[in-house]
Amino acid sequence: MSVAGEIVQVSGLRKRYRAEGPEAVAGIDFTVREGEIFGLLGPNGAGKTTTIGVMTTRVKPTGGTVLVDGHDVTREPVEVKRRIAVVPQLSNLDRSLSAIENLTFHAAYFGAGRRERRERALELLDRFGLRERAKDQVGRYSGGMAQRLMIARALMHQPRILFLDEPTTGLDPQSRLFLWETMLDLRTRGTTLVLTTHDMAEADRLCDRIAIVDHGSIIALDTPRGLRTLLPAARGLELLVEGAETAVAVDRTAELTDVFGGLPGVEKADVADAGDERWRIRLYGEGDDLPAAALAATGRAGLALIELRRLEGSLEEVFVHLTGRDMR
Amino acid sequence: MTAQVRTFLALCSRDLWVTVRREPAGFLIQALLQPLFFLFVFGRVLPDIGAAQGSYGTQLLPGIMSLTLVLTALQNTALPLVIEFSFTREIEDRLLAPIAVPWVGAQKMLIAALRAIVAAALILPLGALILPGGIDLHHVAWGALLLVAVFGSLTAAAMGLVLGTVVQPARISIMFALILTPLIFTGATFYPWHALERLRWFQVVTLFNPMTYVSEGMRASLTTAAHLGSGWIVLGIGVAFVLFWALGLWGFMRRAVA
Ligand SMILES: Nc1ncnc2c1ncn2[C@@H]1O[C@H](COP(=O)(O)OP(=O)(O)O)[C@@H](O)[C@H]1O
Ligand SMILES: [Mg+2]
Repeated sequence: MSVAGEIVQVSGLRKRYRAEGPEAVAGIDFTVREGEIFGLLGPNGAGKTTTIGVMTTRVKPTGGTVLVDGHDVTREPVEVKRRIAVVPQLSNLDRSLSAIENLTFHAAYFGAGRRERRERALELLDRFGLRERAKDQVGRYSGGMAQRLMIARALMHQPRILFLDEPTTGLDPQSRLFLWETMLDLRTRGTTLVLTTHDMAEADRLCDRIAIVDHGSIIALDTPRGLRTLLPAARGLELLVEGAETAVAVDRTAELTDVFGGLPGVEKADVADAGDERWRIRLYGEGDDLPAAALAATGRAGLALIELRRLEGSLEEVFVHLTGRDMR
Repeated sequence: MTAQVRTFLALCSRDLWVTVRREPAGFLIQALLQPLFFLFVFGRVLPDIGAAQGSYGTQLLPGIMSLTLVLTALQNTALPLVIEFSFTREIEDRLLAPIAVPWVGAQKMLIAALRAIVAAALILPLGALILPGGIDLHHVAWGALLLVAVFGSLTAAAMGLVLGTVVQPARISIMFALILTPLIFTGATFYPWHALERLRWFQVVTLFNPMTYVSEGMRASLTTAAHLGSGWIVLGIGVAFVLFWALGLWGFMRRAVA
């Protein structure tokens, strides 16, 4: 059964590689919507590759079900394989073949005719800047080139869903940028993308929705923005104000804490002396009128506003907040 | 033509392309160098220095064809499989092709068997050149020969699949040494099984080697000499075929889907 718009449905998925071993995936549920970029974000060993492996028929689940476009990955793997393409973390290019042959034979496996596969291969080699090296043996390719060739290969049979396992790990900044653009471009063309990463900036920039995975479980699933609000004090304002000289020596810090802490909607105010007659004020709380109220209060206190910004935790902070500081 | 058949043929065409266009010399050296030396030393040198009878060559030729067939098929599945599963991961792209996974294993065996049949067939002209008496093709039962070659090579390819998928990659060279040498020397290769009458215990031992039935099958179809009963040959190859295909495909599935 497939719900309209949900192209991958994962329910109660479990995987244990060895009977007495630990669970690599310990019961996870999520759906991928058609046309989105879905990210699995998590530290090493979290179970990302295993989850991708099950979705792509390469790993047999020990519990739960995964449907891809309505087809069960264990009972109808061939139907699933027709719809997907995979770009693995490590190169698995065919080293006995040249670059272009890697593409044409792949398309042949998917039933493309001779002429069609050649035309498409040349077009993709062009698009990925590999046309000049089309006849090279892939053993001579650099890491970035191999990565691009694997994406070109994945696109040869025009999959509906493209899975990428840590696609940018170990790439130079140029290749990484190119890959980001490619992924966004693919989404525009209607391809659904599922990617894994442990890079927050990447997940933030690319993904429509992110599942944070740790120890085989999903501990949060939301849009990047939604995830940021998971930080306890993620919402609020930060002001930098400058005070005019006052004749009487008063404790401005305490005074400002009182003034701003008393504003409607503010749960807590932190005031720090920034030196040079300036104070940095953090207001934690919610409300659409908070900025206006804070601005008014600044005026009433005879202060000049230097800077006003919304407080938003970085995804990195969210990640560390949720998964802890232990190294894996 | 159904889609999966088309995928199967495309997988075959990739392997044939690589054999013919990329490594024809490598294939021939790997398949024929060892049999060539066996033929030369046992079939030519030993009779010339008086250490064997001149007619020994007639008995040797079917054995060497069998050896070439079995070893080529076995090595052409076992070695690439270990490399592709563990080191280059090349096989992943084929496992993701829209075809049921066991067919990817079956396809590997088919191509290995085909290579083995070509290599074994080349032994005939080589034998004609090397052996002192040449070769005599008057009594050859071509149909039987073809059947032995087809089922013998498919069985050996399945043995390779078992080795390549069940044995740990780090131990594959030890396993090769452990398995290949006994396989070669207990397979009725350098002697007709019949002649072991006086060494009864060894004769019994050889019956556990699938290659014995292939060698005797070759002997039966190529010469008029005494050989293991045809019924036993069919039974031996048949049992080994079923056993190793079942084991091989099971091992392949286990390796292919974690
Ligand atoms: N083929 C395998 N056999 C046994 N254990 C495995 C295998 N693959 C992964 N694991 C284990 O499963 C856990 C999750 O691994 P993985 O899915 O690769 O995590 P990630 O991709 O998030 O780094 C790890 O503890 C890892 O050691
Ligand atoms: Mg991984």
